[in-house]
Amino acid sequence: MLPPIFGVLFDGFAYGMLLFLLSVGQSVTLGMMNFINLAHCSFAMLGGYVTVLLVNRYGWPFFAALPIAFLAAALASVAFERTLYRRLYRASDLDQVLLTIGITFISVAAAAYIFTTAQQPLQLPAYLRGSLSFMGLDFAVYRLILIGIALAITALLVACLEYTRFGAKIRAAVDNERMARGLGIDVDRAFALTFALGSGLAGLGGALAIEIVGLDPSFAFTYLVYVLIVVSVGGLGSIGGSFAAAAVLGISDIAGKYYVPQLGAFLIYLVMVGLLMWRPAGLFGKR
Amino acid sequence: MKHVLRAATVLAAASMLAGSAAAQGTIKIGLILPYSGQFADTATQIDNGIKLYLKQHGDTVAGKKIEIIRKDAGGINPPVAKRLAQELVTRDAVDILAGFALTPNALAAADVSAEAKKFMVDMNAATAIVTTKSPYMVRTSFTVPQLNQTLGTWAVQRGIKNAYTMVTDYGPGIDAESAFDKGFKAAGGEIVGSVRMAVANPDFSAYVQRAKDLNPQGIFIMIPGGAQPGAFGKALAERGIDPKKTKVMGQMEITDEHALAAMGDVAIGMITAGHYDYNHKSKLNEEFVKAYNAEFKRNPDFFSVGGYDGMHLIFAALAKTKGNADGQVLVDAAKGLTWDSPRGPMAIDPETRDVVQNVYIRRVEKVDGKLVNVEIATIPNVKDPFKAAMKK
Amino acid sequence: MASAVATTASSPQAYLRSLARWKPIEIAFWLATLLPFALVPNYLSLASQIAIAGLFALSLDLILGYAGIVSLGHAAFFGIGAYTAGIISKYGWGEPISGLMASAALAGLVGWTTSFIIARFRHLALIMLTLGFGLLLAELANSMSWLTGGVDGLQGIHTWDLLGLFHFDLYGFTAYAYSLTVLFILFIVARRLINSPFGLALRGIRENWIRMPAIGAPSRAHIRAIYTIAAAMAGTAGALLAQTTETVSLDSLSFERSAELLVMLVLGGAGRLYGGLVGAIIFMVARDQFSGTTPQYWYFWIGVLLVAVVTLLPNGILGGLSNIAARWRKT
Repeated sequence: MLPPIFGVLFDGFAYGMLLFLLSVGQSVTLGMMNFINLAHCSFAMLGGYVTVLLVNRYGWPFFAALPIAFLAAALASVAFERTLYRRLYRASDLDQVLLTIGITFISVAAAAYIFTTAQQPLQLPAYLRGSLSFMGLDFAVYRLILIGIALAITALLVACLEYTRFGAKIRAAVDNERMARGLGIDVDRAFALTFALGSGLAGLGGALAIEIVGLDPSFAFTYLVYVLIVVSVGGLGSIGGSFAAAAVLGISDIAGKYYVPQLGAFLIYLVMVGLLMWRPAGLFGKR
Repeated sequence: MKHVLRAATVLAAASMLAGSAAAQGTIKIGLILPYSGQFADTATQIDNGIKLYLKQHGDTVAGKKIEIIRKDAGGINPPVAKRLAQELVTRDAVDILAGFALTPNALAAADVSAEAKKFMVDMNAATAIVTTKSPYMVRTSFTVPQLNQTLGTWAVQRGIKNAYTMVTDYGPGIDAESAFDKGFKAAGGEIVGSVRMAVANPDFSAYVQRAKDLNPQGIFIMIPGGAQPGAFGKALAERGIDPKKTKVMGQMEITDEHALAAMGDVAIGMITAGHYDYNHKSKLNEEFVKAYNAEFKRNPDFFSVGGYDGMHLIFAALAKTKGNADGQVLVDAAKGLTWDSPRGPMAIDPETRDVVQNVYIRRVEKVDGKLVNVEIATIPNVKDPFKAAMKK
Repeated sequence: MASAVATTASSPQAYLRSLARWKPIEIAFWLATLLPFALVPNYLSLASQIAIAGLFALSLDLILGYAGIVSLGHAAFFGIGAYTAGIISKYGWGEPISGLMASAALAGLVGWTTSFIIARFRHLALIMLTLGFGLLLAELANSMSWLTGGVDGLQGIHTWDLLGLFHFDLYGFTAYAYSLTVLFILFIVARRLINSPFGLALRGIRENWIRMPAIGAPSRAHIRAIYTIAAAMAGTAGALLAQTTETVSLDSLSFERSAELLVMLVLGGAGRLYGGLVGAIIFMVARDQFSGTTPQYWYFWIGVLLVAVVTLLPNGILGGLSNIAARWRKT
């Protein structure tokens, strides 16, 4: 028999991974490209709606819908990147904020118009909703899946950005755009691809999150704060940092709610404030 | 200076009176709802109920044309709700204020109703004290104690001797907790523990684990509708709490149509207190649900029926006053009105101007492969117990 | 803005004096604020809330536009002011002007206390810390419902007649006169601050806060001072809203209010005295008009407005217009 603390740790870690999956795309766009994309959760919402549509209406298996959610968000983001975002890469932070908030407003209205304001519950097969018993503790299947996907994405992203030619090009383009151009790197393309990657990850995160947090048009605003918390605590430009931050925040939130429920609402913010005062650049931040 | 100001105000008032005089044959209703933001769906459903009523009954009553002016309060925002109410009264010269999905907004607008002596219909906001804020206000939804105190009493009578309460740490949650406690303890039950949960709470696993540790016979829960009931149901399933064994009880939001779809079979056995469900068995309701579906391609919920009955109340009161829309005359006409609603028989308490109606205790069951709330007990003609206690 | 400093006037004193002179367009602006009394007497409640939003945006502009402190938690001070005014009134003292001062003082005090932390951080950490403090305070207000009334809002606020003479009427006549007067007085204070050596030092901090101490300007002390002033001003705005509407609720402390404020300021043009005022007017009038016609989808049009402003007029409406004017003058 395992003591209950293991169950709490597991739930907390899984919750952290949920936060990570929602934020990792932002960690790419804000962290690597230095673009403040507050419309991040709009792309996540798009991924969510695509998934609900495919699974509930067309009867697709959940796992087959996930890549489509990624692609839909990535493609939509390329359209926005080409028309609106790229004009503002060198604009002030505040203009980026205004543009992306504007896009979020538009996306919320569009979602309400197309999908109505009602909650869109995802209909998953029963085996994804149960739990596995192990040494006297219950481990939810869906949470195990979240953890697995989060670990896989972290490994893939780190490998891809650190060890491939594409990753090197992106880092070069972000660090010194003029120099990168001089070396013959197609910077426009690199930026567009990075942005698509970030937004695609947002779409995937949204698709995975809705089973736990639900989906309606206000999604685009509701989870923005959590995304910003994870990315800032993790440190800009660090995928591993976001992963660590999400795990710490998730575990402290769930453990806090279990052991000191009076502090439940405060904990995630207290942890954030504490960590940022200790390390202003974030856990793994370089800048 | 004072005279100048007064004169200007009078002038402004006069110009507005002229406006309302020009529209002799119409009665204007100012509808304030949170059409945008987190509570947009609540607003949509209330508004759908209103639209359906107008479609079925026409937009004329007692020879007057009904005109509706819609305003968006955008979530919990009392200063805006109050300003909108003010503007509706001063600028648009409305005769009746209606809508109000959220208690804080209703309380703020009630000041305007009281000051301008305008009839006000609360179609949803469910905190007990709301109707005490303006003598011209009536309510067509429900009150939190009406449902939850009744549920508490019923639970003990059905053999649930101890319970754990889990409520969201905000006004309605705390009201529901104390109402349930009151009914439960008065009937001889014991509350073995309680937890108040964070408002912004996407994950319930920690709280549900606390409840499980105590292994109570019953768990009472009150959380906001929308995304949270689904998340709560999943946490129950993951922690292995089976509502068929541990009685999971709450107010109707936690088992509304969307919440049931999100929770899946784990919801079977949950017990809720409510005044309306689209699955309520009556001829009137079957017709209502059919018409609603034809019009809006979805089922009505308790928000819809609040809007629908709110319009009925306005029509009935106006018919009684022969089109006189004066606040005092209308509220006097509304007191004591009774009618058959899709929810069952309902009435306006002449003393408190609050709604009197049946409270249904429902259990989630699977009928023809679909999860629905099945009524297992009816407590007839329940008045708001909070105001009854206030009087004593 | 940095280039403007370099090109005009020979001495710093002359430069400051040239800034401090009232331009005709400014006088015209303030005269225009009186027009609602005559032209749209039915919109005075809205006008009053616009004036309050304008004051709130001005207070954010002082720290964001001039000292470069981006805050996503400025509603904290707005809320402290609103609750202070509301609670004083609830417990029997509804005199507006003294209530306003008490609120400003308390908000300023809290601002001064937190400024010691704020002045140590920059960039994303600073934004997130202000956000964190704001969210913590909102949660605190929710859990202290015995004092604040929680999510239902504070009940029982009654504001006495202004100066013992003017009742706060349903038409918003007194409310607008009161809000506008307070806004104007505090605007003059802000204007003098900005056009003083202290204001110049703030702009220096915004451009390069590490180098400023090297020329003898203590960056942190300056940040603390302006942060305290901005907090008091935000508290005043909150108190005005509480007094004129006789309502206070948790939304006055919410993240949404901070975010909306930031949008208004950036829309109008940060770093310009009139940016917040213009932003508040345009945002709130647009919202009132859009939501009047399509209550369900008005924010679509607000979104279009924001995107259009960013693409057509970078640096906000005033920033964009002055760029265009500058280009026009050159040709």
